[in-house]
Amino acid sequence: MECRELLKKLCSINAVTGREDVAAQAISDILSPYCDEVKIDAFFNVIGLKKGQGENPRNVLVTAHYDQIGLVVTGIDENGFLRFSAMGGVDPKILGAQEVTVHGRRDLHGVIGTKPPHLISPEDADKPVKLEDMRIDIGYGAEQARELVSVGDVVTFKFPAIELKNNRMAGRSMDNRSSVAALVEILKELKRIRHDDNVYVAATVQEESGLVGAFMASWHIRPDLAIAIDVCHGDMPDAPSDESFPLGKGVAIAVGPILSREHTRACIGLAKRERIPYQIDAEEKDTGTEAAVYSSALEGIPTLLLSIPAKYMHTTVEMVSLDDIGATARLAARYIAFRDELLQEGDSQ
Amino acid sequence: MFDTIKKLVNAFGPSGCEKQVAEVITQMIKDKVDEIYTDAMGNLIAVKKGSGKKIMLAAHMDEIGLIVSYIDEKGFLRFGTVGGVSPLIALGQRVVFENGTTGVVWYEENLENMKDAKPDKMYIDIAAKSRDEAMKMVNVGDMAVFAGEPVEQNGRVISKALDDRVGCAILAELAMKRPETDNEIYYVFTTQEEVGLRGARTAAFGIMPDLALAIDVTRTGDTPSCTHRPVVLGEGPAVKVKDSSVIAHPRIRDRLVDCAKENGIPYQLEVLERGGTDAGSIHITAGGIPTGAVSIPSRFIHCPAEMIDLNDAENTVRLLEAFVKAR
Amino acid sequence: MTEQGVYKDPTSGEYPEYLIDMLKELTMADGVSGDEKPVRDFIIDQIRDRVDSWHVDNMGNLIAFKKGTGLNRKVMLAAHMDEVGLLITGINENGLLKFKAVGGIETRALVGKRVRIGKERVPGVIGCKPIHLQDAAERKSPVKKSGLTIDIGAKDREQAEQSVAVGDTAAFAYDPVEFGEHKFMAKALDDRVGCVLLMELFKNRYPFDLYGCFTVQEEIGLKGAKAASFAVSPDTAIVLEGTTCYDLTGTSEHMMSTRLGDGPALTVMDRSVISDRGLYKFITQTAEEQGIPWQVKRTISGGTDAGRIQVSGTGVRVCTIAVPCRYIHTPVSVMDKRDFFHALKLAEATLAGLNNWLRETYQNQSGGESNV
Repeated sequence: MECRELLKKLCSINAVTGREDVAAQAISDILSPYCDEVKIDAFFNVIGLKKGQGENPRNVLVTAHYDQIGLVVTGIDENGFLRFSAMGGVDPKILGAQEVTVHGRRDLHGVIGTKPPHLISPEDADKPVKLEDMRIDIGYGAEQARELVSVGDVVTFKFPAIELKNNRMAGRSMDNRSSVAALVEILKELKRIRHDDNVYVAATVQEESGLVGAFMASWHIRPDLAIAIDVCHGDMPDAPSDESFPLGKGVAIAVGPILSREHTRACIGLAKRERIPYQIDAEEKDTGTEAAVYSSALEGIPTLLLSIPAKYMHTTVEMVSLDDIGATARLAARYIAFRDELLQEGDSQ
Repeated sequence: MFDTIKKLVNAFGPSGCEKQVAEVITQMIKDKVDEIYTDAMGNLIAVKKGSGKKIMLAAHMDEIGLIVSYIDEKGFLRFGTVGGVSPLIALGQRVVFENGTTGVVWYEENLENMKDAKPDKMYIDIAAKSRDEAMKMVNVGDMAVFAGEPVEQNGRVISKALDDRVGCAILAELAMKRPETDNEIYYVFTTQEEVGLRGARTAAFGIMPDLALAIDVTRTGDTPSCTHRPVVLGEGPAVKVKDSSVIAHPRIRDRLVDCAKENGIPYQLEVLERGGTDAGSIHITAGGIPTGAVSIPSRFIHCPAEMIDLNDAENTVRLLEAFVKAR
Repeated sequence: MTEQGVYKDPTSGEYPEYLIDMLKELTMADGVSGDEKPVRDFIIDQIRDRVDSWHVDNMGNLIAFKKGTGLNRKVMLAAHMDEVGLLITGINENGLLKFKAVGGIETRALVGKRVRIGKERVPGVIGCKPIHLQDAAERKSPVKKSGLTIDIGAKDREQAEQSVAVGDTAAFAYDPVEFGEHKFMAKALDDRVGCVLLMELFKNRYPFDLYGCFTVQEEIGLKGAKAASFAVSPDTAIVLEGTTCYDLTGTSEHMMSTRLGDGPALTVMDRSVISDRGLYKFITQTAEEQGIPWQVKRTISGGTDAGRIQVSGTGVRVCTIAVPCRYIHTPVSVMDKRDFFHALKLAEATLAGLNNWLRETYQNQSGGESNV
């Protein structure tokens, strides 16, 4: 399946953080044609294995979380409107006038409305709306609503991915389905090139609620190298230039205290050699991604973080460039296969 | 149940000093379990052996408190908080040290704004006239907890430290019932939950259970003009959907709901925006442990007078008993 | 006590100078979190003949081992090699370097400072708008960290890129100075003081197995200690640190944290850990018995590797011995040499008596369990 169609399909899957149980099989079905085996663990991490051709294969772990942010129902009021809370980092500012799907007894269409401008006083217009004051309207009265929905049901934003100019796409869940698409592209590339090492390709859970899946993956697989794939901020008018990256200019390779100096140096070397477009993302803290877990897991795992620039993160219109997904996948796959050559060239830690 | 709760809340046990609580619990249950021991963090672990699944049930022994950080020359004690103590709520409260010394919490009165009343502008007065006199009564590093006798009224309990002595009481009662099952049950009374879910982490690592439940209190949303929360006092144990430390494993959450329904036990579903429990550190231990939580609805958490409903506590015991027997 | 020369009472004014020299050299090595190699290389050189074995793990932690003479218990000592510093995050068109702080650095400590960047230690300065050019509003407002840049003298981006790269780290470029009465100023006293103490403690052999962990990435979240304690799995750990001290005139007594000259500081509780009560008591008793001055940290603030070590595995009994440092996390941190030597004395005395304490504490079972 072409990357464009794959990404659309991935973005249409509903896997709210903590409720990946309903989506694990779908993710597994997408990965399995390219793997020797695929497993779903007790937490719904989907872990595929593509065996290496070497005599003494090491283990490499490549991960991308597949959970997405969403909402959870916390109450049904006397008029059938639903109160809700956030699952993962949701900015209340993006909720007004949104379409949602409430995953109750069945999937229900819902709307988070806003006060019409005619009824908002000038003072109110300047105040931010609080999440606790918002409601989801599913169009039912209280009695029916209570039949169909219960506290704890999750809610996703309804926004199918749309194609834009310049090979770009926008939609909800580009964080982090674009990285999952990259995982598939990595597997496809690995089928074309020879690689010595065993590659565990893991679509992990609950990154948005505490990097949880990464703990499980690192413990059970214990790789020699971990490559985390996530999104980073794309360039936007008011974003600081050292924290945002233009779309279409390639994969962002993270450098900083928790990332392996040796591997980032070699990876940049490979990108140059293979003419894969890349950018450098300097991370002075722990990156806020699964890389933070891998780097100090067990006795420490050398870790790389490759990011796909995404504008408007954690909104319904997250935007990525398909070219960047391609660059990320090509770099990751070829680094896995050819890294030893580059590691020998550079100086060691 | 009230007697058990009473014994437990009266024990002195701020984070890091849970020994007394552990001793009270040990006396209650040691003859009803196959093994009982403590670990390096002070966690108290009691085992009912079995050949089936390893189930860990965790309730924390520690309560919030204040720690003496400095004694000034006039005998006033400066302090830091142990766990989530709101300075405004501590104001004017009676606190008590392990050796029985009583103190009053007050603030530097020339403060312009009450909102600035933080621990560094507050102190404890233990009626000492000088530093020397104070040092005969307490040391830097000593901890104090809120004072107060537990009261039973209208089927509810008012007391300090119901968070989480009511959870400990529930586990103790369950242990004393000796539930019949092939499953191996670990009753774990953890330490230092209030300062970062610390004891549970090492206990879980040592046990490596197949699944775990945390038993703790949760806030209700049923007092005048309060923040909206779905849980209500008296409507049964709350099966946790999520809080800020964990999203309960969906299978465990479903199983708890099924157990409640099958056994006619009232239950509610809990979503807590701010607040964490031992489940938060258990579920990411080692390679991951499927974890859920059952919460006892409670009002005024982290105040010197918290409130729970005795029916909720009893029903929690019933729910846990049904759960550990299942699978 | 120590091999080189008699250990004289530091309050008499005579110090074993070699320890101060060692501290000078170690603070002059640069090791911003993630780039600890220069510090690690220096330490390996010093301890290789004092230990039975050593290795560097995947994160860069240096773990050195010295087998015990009898008692089957594992003791871990930890000191972190990394220091706070800066990470180059961008290079402007005009050749100025954008940066972010690695670890906690106050903006006001950055203005008008010298740094050196990368392996080549390229010199640079952090400037700011001259007061003459600031308007009234600007004069009253604090400097914004995001507005600061490092100037290495390059005229444009191209020239800058020849010497530095995004991702390089920069350390403060300040040489150590002995001054005043017993005072010592240097960058990175936190935690080179701990490293020097740990190197020194390896000169003896103890009844218990000793693991000396020179950890990495403490300043960005106690990360190295997590991996090190998982690998070592000790029964007991003592962390050797530099700690905050703000004993200036005008600070209330209880807010000082520690006082320079009052001796090494022990922590009952900070934001990362509540020290093991038994171990804390043992160390303070040891201090009293040996007449070593000591103080308790007065504020419940900060965090150390002790917090990370305590909750690893099935739990570790931990405590911290720290040297008070004024102006910690700035290029001009200051300690009192007497506190440093008393910290060493206290650590030595603690380790000398530790096997008895270990035996008593673990008398019932092996493997970290006991009837508390």
